[in-house]
Amino acid sequence: MAIKERMSGNEAVAFAIRQVNPDVMPAFPITPSTEIPQMVSTYIANGEIDTEFIPVESEHSAMSATIGAEAAGARSLTATSSAGLALMWEELLLAASNRMPLVLALVNRTLSGPININCDHSDGMGARDTGWIQIYAENNQEAYDNFIQAYPIAENEKVHLPVMVCQDGFITSHAVENITLLEDSLVKDFVGEYYPEEYLLNPGKPIAVGPYSVSNYAMEAKKNQEIALENAKEVILEVAKKFKDISGREYGLFEEYRTEDADYIMLIMGSAAGTAKQAVDDLREKGWKVGVLKLRVFRPFPAKEIAEALKNCKAVAIMDRCESYNGNGGPLGSEVLAGLFRYKVMIETVNYIYGLAGRDFTVSDVYDIFSELDAVVTEGKEAKQYQYIRLREQEAADERL
Amino acid sequence: MKNGIEIRWHGRGGQGAKTAALLLADVAFKTGRNVQGFPEYGPERMGAPITAYNRISSEKIRVHSNIYHPDFVVVVDETLLGSVEVTAGLKKSGAIIVNTAKSKEEILKHLNGYEGRVYTIDARKISVETLGKNFPNSPMLAAAVAVSKVMPREKFIKEMRASYQHKFVKKPEVIDGNMKALEMAFDQVEEAIETGNMSLSA
Repeated sequence: MAIKERMSGNEAVAFAIRQVNPDVMPAFPITPSTEIPQMVSTYIANGEIDTEFIPVESEHSAMSATIGAEAAGARSLTATSSAGLALMWEELLLAASNRMPLVLALVNRTLSGPININCDHSDGMGARDTGWIQIYAENNQEAYDNFIQAYPIAENEKVHLPVMVCQDGFITSHAVENITLLEDSLVKDFVGEYYPEEYLLNPGKPIAVGPYSVSNYAMEAKKNQEIALENAKEVILEVAKKFKDISGREYGLFEEYRTEDADYIMLIMGSAAGTAKQAVDDLREKGWKVGVLKLRVFRPFPAKEIAEALKNCKAVAIMDRCESYNGNGGPLGSEVLAGLFRYKVMIETVNYIYGLAGRDFTVSDVYDIFSELDAVVTEGKEAKQYQYIRLREQEAADERL
Repeated sequence: MKNGIEIRWHGRGGQGAKTAALLLADVAFKTGRNVQGFPEYGPERMGAPITAYNRISSEKIRVHSNIYHPDFVVVVDETLLGSVEVTAGLKKSGAIIVNTAKSKEEILKHLNGYEGRVYTIDARKISVETLGKNFPNSPMLAAAVAVSKVMPREKFIKEMRASYQHKFVKKPEVIDGNMKALEMAFDQVEEAIETGNMSLSA
């Protein structure tokens, strides 16, 4: 029986953690952390779960302790946001390269400076090449669902990699919305008991974790890690299929919303995808053939699948909620373009940077973007290939017109 | 928005405008509706202007932006009137509710010629009478429900009691005062709607 509830994104993830009842949760429970560790510690204090909560002195220590617990054979997790993730950076690479199937609940918020606490994807994108699987959510429902799917993906023997379950700071983390929860027993059965094949606290089968590797062998370890990340794609889809059986909710590497016959597609990630879908419905009523490709899995990056999904449209707006300071575009812009070129899909593209540091993104922004794509295709307009939307001077200029 | 209403709350950090928006989402959910309640964070400081929002609809809500064309605006702190354009985008068919002891004529001067309905309510007075302290958010929440008619009064009162019992599990002594504040505010607004007294354009 599905349970109809309303809760914030933070509450939704904390509730999923309660249902999974992992073994160990080290966390640094003050700013910039989220409400998630606080809520989980309440569940623990109330005796609802027996997770061992370890308050640590920094985010670097939080990730170190999570790796330690996982290496010992315990199902482990932590939660953080923004600068907290940045401080974990060194350890993030160790979690992935030591093939630790742990989970991190990330609430995406900007990195300084200027000092700001609001949503964008710069924390998650900053960790995009650390070897983690990254799954992004549009709303609290998806944050909950993705968390439940995280351990079965991470712990799969073909994967053995950590998973970052991401949701948009404040926009979903602090917003109360409707949600449909699964019963505790369904979640428990779905995630199952954790029996690691190899772990440190196993006297019958001693192993070393994190030893020095000479150049003669280190490169093979890195290649194996890369193979695991590639394997993850298939496993993510298998887990999604099983999840549909218990929830009725469908997930893939990305969601295609009204794209079948679309001339113009917006490729976007996170909470803004919902706003884009609303705009697509509005424009469809006026006869525009438009759609949304909402990327769910950013790592491993489904370049081939995206190219296949975009090949029949005339133009795509690639939306980045992050500046990557490469002077050439945002992270999604760069990777989607590389994918399109590799698979010989030669369509028009524009890479838009939006929503940095909590700048709002609205339905009318989506109208404007589709209008520009239309001008590019039908009037041969030369759009700036890499551009910011909703900057103050732009708005002032629009007002002057 | 189609098949729903949008509400914008203006307050100052610490006055409970965010809590009021989340409580409204909570009670509206219990009437079977789809809801959103969310704050917009500025510099998180006691006394700094904050905005919070509600979307309440019979359909699934997907939009995740702020609200620019609200049906209703609730001003929890009248000192914002000089510095925040509280009527920005507010629909003519909607209404604004201001917490103030001042007359409507006085308040109107700050509303940039807003042509819709204007309600004033002295939430401070109600709060001080019922709770002994100035917590304007409970009376303002009741006023918002009464004006927007987002749910029937009896249902609202019943669900609010349940919410307060949950929220104030460690200080049950404040529940009755809060309930009284809700009822008083509801009475005042209903009377105003009936007589057209607080409604300048009606």
